[in-house]
Amino acid sequence: MNKISDDISKDLKDQPNFSSDIGEVDQDHHTFDIGEQSNLKKIQHFLHGNPTIVPVIILVLSVIGFGFLAGGKFFSAFNLSLIVQQVTIVGILAAAQTLIILTAGIDLSVAAMMVLASVFMGKLSVEMGMPTLPAIVVGLVSGVATGAFNGLLVTRLKLPPFIVTLGTWNIFFALVIFFTGSQSIRSSDIEIQAPLLHFWGERINLGGFVFTYGAFLMIGIFIFLWFLLNKTAWGRHVYAIGDDKEAAELSGIRTDRMLVSIYAVAGLVVAIGAWVSIGRVGSVSPTSFYEGNLDSITAVVIGGTSLFGGRGTIIGSLFGALIVGVFSSGLSIAGLDVLWQRFALGCLIIIAVGIDQWIRKVSN
Amino acid sequence: MEPILVAKNLSKKYGKVVALESANLELYPGEVLGVIGDNGAGKSTLIKVLCGAVTPDSGEILLDGKTVTFTSPIEARTLGIETVYQNLALSPALSITDNMFLGREIRQKGFMGKFLKFLDKKAMEDEARKRLSELGLLTIQNINQLVETLSGGQRQGVAVARATSFGTKVVIMDEPTAALGVKESRRVLELIGEVRARGIPIILISHNMPHVFEVADRIHVHRLGTRLCVIDPKKYEMSDAVAFMTGAKEAPKS
Repeated sequence: MNKISDDISKDLKDQPNFSSDIGEVDQDHHTFDIGEQSNLKKIQHFLHGNPTIVPVIILVLSVIGFGFLAGGKFFSAFNLSLIVQQVTIVGILAAAQTLIILTAGIDLSVAAMMVLASVFMGKLSVEMGMPTLPAIVVGLVSGVATGAFNGLLVTRLKLPPFIVTLGTWNIFFALVIFFTGSQSIRSSDIEIQAPLLHFWGERINLGGFVFTYGAFLMIGIFIFLWFLLNKTAWGRHVYAIGDDKEAAELSGIRTDRMLVSIYAVAGLVVAIGAWVSIGRVGSVSPTSFYEGNLDSITAVVIGGTSLFGGRGTIIGSLFGALIVGVFSSGLSIAGLDVLWQRFALGCLIIIAVGIDQWIRKVSN
Repeated sequence: MEPILVAKNLSKKYGKVVALESANLELYPGEVLGVIGDNGAGKSTLIKVLCGAVTPDSGEILLDGKTVTFTSPIEARTLGIETVYQNLALSPALSITDNMFLGREIRQKGFMGKFLKFLDKKAMEDEARKRLSELGLLTIQNINQLVETLSGGQRQGVAVARATSFGTKVVIMDEPTAALGVKESRRVLELIGEVRARGIPIILISHNMPHVFEVADRIHVHRLGTRLCVIDPKKYEMSDAVAFMTGAKEAPKS
């Protein structure tokens, strides 16, 4: 049979919902190569339409798996709440990172940006006598400014986000060292001078489960960003830009301006993370969270967001962060060396990206 | 009858290469104007100037009798000149509705829309459904289907529905059938008829002579950067058009 009728019959098969006013097609010759693949194809289609399912399945399986492996200790209220506390910071960074990755970008500077914002908050309030609240505001503004700076470099100089943020990562890190002189701001000083900085580290006990306020804030950030991405034009434009920037531009979206705003919002989220991190760690240390960049990218990728942009969900990144948390907690309770935690995480990243690639093939 | 869109003496040079030299074009209400020309005749430059992607060195464009200038496709679109690009400019990972309203979303009324900027998904879905059925494209049960799950012809349909939905005065279609199979092309040609039936004039650029001869009311032949002639497809054969285009035959005086 000729190729055209082949193509059409394939199209018609793929879309039972879409009526075929194209005309009737001889389908007989085509049935043989559908039967066997159909189940796998169905799964592929289903995952394609529901990208969050994969991380949810991995999360559930890994919780069950580590339950067996590590025994009751893993399921203790103490351990489960500890996992949530541990993923709070990476989770917030992953939320910001998701915004950038959805635009087909990547931000290597998030952790450095966060430490810089926390340095502003701590330095101004503890050592320079500024009231705490304005110091926090300065920190938040620094987050927006550093984020927007990345965005401007990406859009004005037309440089790839990878290179821009590789550069600013080093720049921000150098600024942190410059402002602090490599000295940490001690937890006890913060407690006396600016206890508000520790606010998100406060704990509440819910039936044995101990949560920090920061954990709730993290979940609040995810819910807020979910609304932003799914219910507003701004959110739809984030996806459109990541999907096909040129098409978005031709559709009337001012893509450069949008990109700067996306990087700025990500910066704000990161700066909120800075405040939370002071509560979590207690002190402000210039060398903390050095691996935060890569951890946040790991969480986003395991959460099912495509590095090629336009595809993924913000909630997936929350699951991604939790998966990382469950893995490191489970493996360490099971008594495995830290090296195996990293090994497992590495495998997880490769599998996650592999699955993403496979799912994306559905459109071809 | 007054033309709705007029291009007068458009010229454009790229270095020493003359892409357009005093090119003219008129589009009348309710017609399909086919634009044909050999490769390098300057027809894509002409179209790019009309849709705002290229700014001409000299000459003017009149829409509804008024001189208009635009420096981007977005400005042209605001004035009512919509273009269906060859690559369609759709976002595959977004739904049909999202694509149709990309950059022109409808917000909810009152507090939710004004301050929280929430989208009115229902209004957009209803409108999208209405537009698609007006063009005879509907029977789509799921308006939230992702565009990447549609076939080439269906995508074209979505792009055309989008182009004709927002107070459009003129639609420019660039090679709409180039990437399609026989049956899908047929559907798109019917679609062009539907758009004309709704009173929106179309400029159709195509390499496919049978398609142009089938749907065009008049055919603008472009050669060496300018308009050579405008012919009536009922009075000339396709072979004549090709001969005019390539210079093998003297063009008729009009």
